[in-house]
Amino acid sequence: MDGKGIPKSIKLPETIKVFRNLKNAKRFAIDIGGSLTKIAYYSTLSHRRATYAKDKEKPLMSDDHTYAISESARLHFVKFETKYIERCLDFVQANLVGTREKMVGKIIKATGGGAYKYSNLIQDKLGLKVEKEDEMGCLIKGCNFLLKNISDEAFVFHRHANPEYEFQTADPNIFPYLLVNIGSGVSILKVESEDSYERIGGTATGGGTFWGLGSLLTKAKGFDELLELAEVGDHRNTDLLVGDIYGGDYKSLGLECDLIASAFGKVCHLSRKGKQMQCSEADVAKSLLFTISNDIGQIASLYAMMHNIRKVYFGGYFLRNHPLSMHTISYSINYWSKGSVQSLFLRHEGYLGAIGAFLKGAEQCGENYSWQENYAGSSALEPQPCTWLDNNVPFAQLEMDRWESPVSFCPLLSDPNNYIPDAVDLNVDHEARKYWLDCFEQSIDKFVDCAIASQVDSETAEERANQFKEQYIKRLHQLRKQPFAYGNLTVRSLLDTIQHCMKEFDFPDPYISVKQCENEAALSQLSERLNYLDSLPPEDRNKELVVSVLAGNMFDWGARAVVEIMENEQFGLSEAKEKIPDRPWLIDNLDMWLERMRGPAHNHAAIFIDNSGVDIILGILPFARELIKRGTKVILCANSEPALNDVTHKELEVILSQAGTICPIINQAVENGTLEAMETAQAGPCLDLSRLNSSLAKAITNVDLIVIEGMGRAVHTNLYAKFTCESLRVAVIKNRWLAEKLGGEMFAVIFKYDSGNTIF
Amino acid sequence: MAPQSCRVCIKLRMASGSIPNGQSLSESSDYPCMPWFGMDIGGTLTKLVYFEPKDITPDEANEEVEVLRNIRRYLTKNSAYGSTGHRDTHLQMDDVEIGGRRGIIHFIRFPTSEMPNFLALAKSKGMATLITTVCATGGGAYKFEENFANEVNMKLAKYDELDSLIRGMLYVEMNNPMECYYWSNPIEYESCQKERYDFSDPYPFLIVNIGSGVSVLAVYGESSYKRISGTSLGGGTFLGLCCLLTGCNTFEEAIELATKGDNTKVDKLVKDIYGGDYDRFGLPGDLVASSFGHMNSSSKRNEVSKEDLARATLVTITNNIGSIARMCALNEKINKVVFVGNFLRVNPISMKLLAYAMEYWSKGTLKALFLEHEVIIIIIRV
Repeated sequence: MDGKGIPKSIKLPETIKVFRNLKNAKRFAIDIGGSLTKIAYYSTLSHRRATYAKDKEKPLMSDDHTYAISESARLHFVKFETKYIERCLDFVQANLVGTREKMVGKIIKATGGGAYKYSNLIQDKLGLKVEKEDEMGCLIKGCNFLLKNISDEAFVFHRHANPEYEFQTADPNIFPYLLVNIGSGVSILKVESEDSYERIGGTATGGGTFWGLGSLLTKAKGFDELLELAEVGDHRNTDLLVGDIYGGDYKSLGLECDLIASAFGKVCHLSRKGKQMQCSEADVAKSLLFTISNDIGQIASLYAMMHNIRKVYFGGYFLRNHPLSMHTISYSINYWSKGSVQSLFLRHEGYLGAIGAFLKGAEQCGENYSWQENYAGSSALEPQPCTWLDNNVPFAQLEMDRWESPVSFCPLLSDPNNYIPDAVDLNVDHEARKYWLDCFEQSIDKFVDCAIASQVDSETAEERANQFKEQYIKRLHQLRKQPFAYGNLTVRSLLDTIQHCMKEFDFPDPYISVKQCENEAALSQLSERLNYLDSLPPEDRNKELVVSVLAGNMFDWGARAVVEIMENEQFGLSEAKEKIPDRPWLIDNLDMWLERMRGPAHNHAAIFIDNSGVDIILGILPFARELIKRGTKVILCANSEPALNDVTHKELEVILSQAGTICPIINQAVENGTLEAMETAQAGPCLDLSRLNSSLAKAITNVDLIVIEGMGRAVHTNLYAKFTCESLRVAVIKNRWLAEKLGGEMFAVIFKYDSGNTIF
Repeated sequence: MAPQSCRVCIKLRMASGSIPNGQSLSESSDYPCMPWFGMDIGGTLTKLVYFEPKDITPDEANEEVEVLRNIRRYLTKNSAYGSTGHRDTHLQMDDVEIGGRRGIIHFIRFPTSEMPNFLALAKSKGMATLITTVCATGGGAYKFEENFANEVNMKLAKYDELDSLIRGMLYVEMNNPMECYYWSNPIEYESCQKERYDFSDPYPFLIVNIGSGVSVLAVYGESSYKRISGTSLGGGTFLGLCCLLTGCNTFEEAIELATKGDNTKVDKLVKDIYGGDYDRFGLPGDLVASSFGHMNSSSKRNEVSKEDLARATLVTITNNIGSIARMCALNEKINKVVFVGNFLRVNPISMKLLAYAMEYWSKGTLKALFLEHEVIIIIIRV
């Protein structure tokens, strides 16, 4: 056990919300646009990382042996208006740990129109050597990076639908696509692979045209005021509509009466008649926004059709996720392509250039890593309120955590293109959204208590836990108003957010002591349990194995109903078994499964596990052992990082070696590789099969049985996923509302066996 | 039954062998009653075609009712009607034959917003006593149908606008071998010249009709065409923006301003951003990168003139139309693009820009064509 460098008292997290972790910043990039500037930096974070005692002789429940300092890497992106660039550079300079001298000779990658203009300023302030990067190349690199790494990055916008934001699921193949970059002018780029792209065209009618004409025609100061003005205008006072010319629809051409026939076409009629101008500045602004957006949409769709490309992403300062502009462009693309081209917007569209510039030559971001959005540190989808540096400089941020392995799609999915992990989309299902937001808000004190209890020796634990609570509740309130703020709102994303916030306040593994206690207790019963199972005739044994897995799944600290039982009663495997309802269960394919077990053994099984203690040791291990006895090779797939009381990969390895001392079959299986523990690259209680650790994905290519256990992995997610092989989904629903929603009662059982159309 | 006044159309249609709307042929052999009119009521302009017979026999002259004579004299003796009506004398087609009659086709235009005044004038000239039906096309044929019926007792025989456009264009081309032309050497603005184009084997071709808005049609044969695209950034947009930016009132004023202006003070060019050509993507330094791109700066706004703004507006609209037309042509695999419509009237700047854009971006594979009678071809049905 590494006992060195353990903090006795942990510092409170920084209160500054912008330019976080700047002290350890290692590498910078900057994208300076005409209106917005983005600074990117990479920094390492020291986190206490929970470790698990291999040596069970060491005392439990003592705080200081369970944590060690570990470093994790994070990418930070900070976005602000270019007019504040000097203040921001001053801030960065003042907060960097190293002196200016330390920076001398180091490089900052710069892109964007302002890279040239501000290059001396940057050099003066930071002492960094400015190295300019081609703008288009950076945009493409940034776009590829976001599409590959960030969940729910791209979305389709429907202004009048509910929900307005339809986020796209991860796509195993992102190419080919068009990137339409709307800056001052418009560039249209065709991207066919990671490093092959070409500029196929563009138009001079872009953001600069909107801004320039808008400045000439209205008193609006700046781009944002112009957008605000457009929002309240009525283009029908300036534009000539089909109805103005025809008195109604132009049916033979299928042109509807509210279609714009001639932008600004009404203006000259008004002035010639010597009448007072009947259009206001707001009307002109709206008309201008429509004109430019429509035109860009049309030209983009013409290029997409010419090159036979279906997906068109938009970037650049013009859009900024502004609903009216996105709507107009979407409408235009759909109209001109007759639905054959899809317009897609990006949640982090503004960061493309900065990300790309950063990635140029950044060895910290190579092929061997993957990245995940940090929900605690990132801003909501714009235009939402953002963070402020001092009183009047608004900021938006994006933070991404590095994973030490690449991720890829689970090879067993039968339709990876259409795979959606989550069973319920809370953006769509309002009732479920309300329930879960309430549920998480009400449960938060349990998490807080547990977090404090896990660090009894820390003086700051209570304060940090309360800060965590405050941040999470604030987030829940924001999500009530803007459920789309971080992509699809799902039970999974809500759980992930808890995890991210907990970690932010230095509670990396609040359940570590609980998990250890439960594991010790369960291990002590393992021998007796295995003897009992072995004494049963095969048919009864197979049935009992299933019931044990179900009973084990009751031990879930994420489920409020169970926590109350566990806190107040003596609760073990036999008590849990009594809670399992009589058959038929809510989904009950037990007979099919027992029939299957009479047939030939599976070659290779992958089991995605849940919880700790009774669940993994008395439920899953005997089940896996039975498969091994039949000649099946088994991979137990555990989380890479802690989440609630879910067993982590590291803990699983300890459990297997301890179980090996109790059961020779398990011992032998671990030694000869027929029983293996692997990590999933997941850090939450749910399971996203589009982001599996690549080594695991490779290892399970030939699996002919996939078992997914628990409410998070088999009900909140993957309940409807289709696999190319046999699959088993096993869970007890420990939430009355969800059980009833699915047509069952409290502790309803899901035992779903799917033969995957394989024949024996 | 087919109205008498539509005979112009019927006769002409016979020549091309197509008889739409189920109109009876027997009537078409009769000489039609005068006067012969056609109207295209667009979003901004109304175009009126009038056929003046020059082969009036003495008998006929004697029989000619006074009202008809007055109308003929009023229309042919004047070239301006009220403050906003104009007859384009340079466009008139002399000695043409329609329906067995020889005469002159006159082209008159007025703003569609003046329609109430036009109706009042028609009423005062006693037009309603002569004819009951006028052939009409354009959106206004629908919009003003009731006004014509109620105020001057005229029926509008409505014809499909695009149908009329294409038939009209083919008719004019057939009657006037000098009709179709292109701009030679458009890359060099100064030496750029009009050259005749032999349009006797026209298909397939693209028509880009630039009125208030823009329609793009692909024509594969005499009666085989489709509307493939269009844009609302057209002549109306140019005029509307010019009115707002410069305070001008008419298209002619706007064009005159644009002729004297310099758009490079208003637009941001590639070289303004990259210091020269953007070689990486083959973009020349003089290319406009962002239309009106300089105008978000208040100091630059103070430096530009009305003329510069008008020029920039014209260049913006024209280039955008050129860009859309070029892509439509590529998507349809068509290499002849005929630009027509009121926007090109007295507007060589736009024509040369379009010719340049087609030539430059297609590396010479696309040809921009123009017609002498771009204003009016919608009216005469073939």
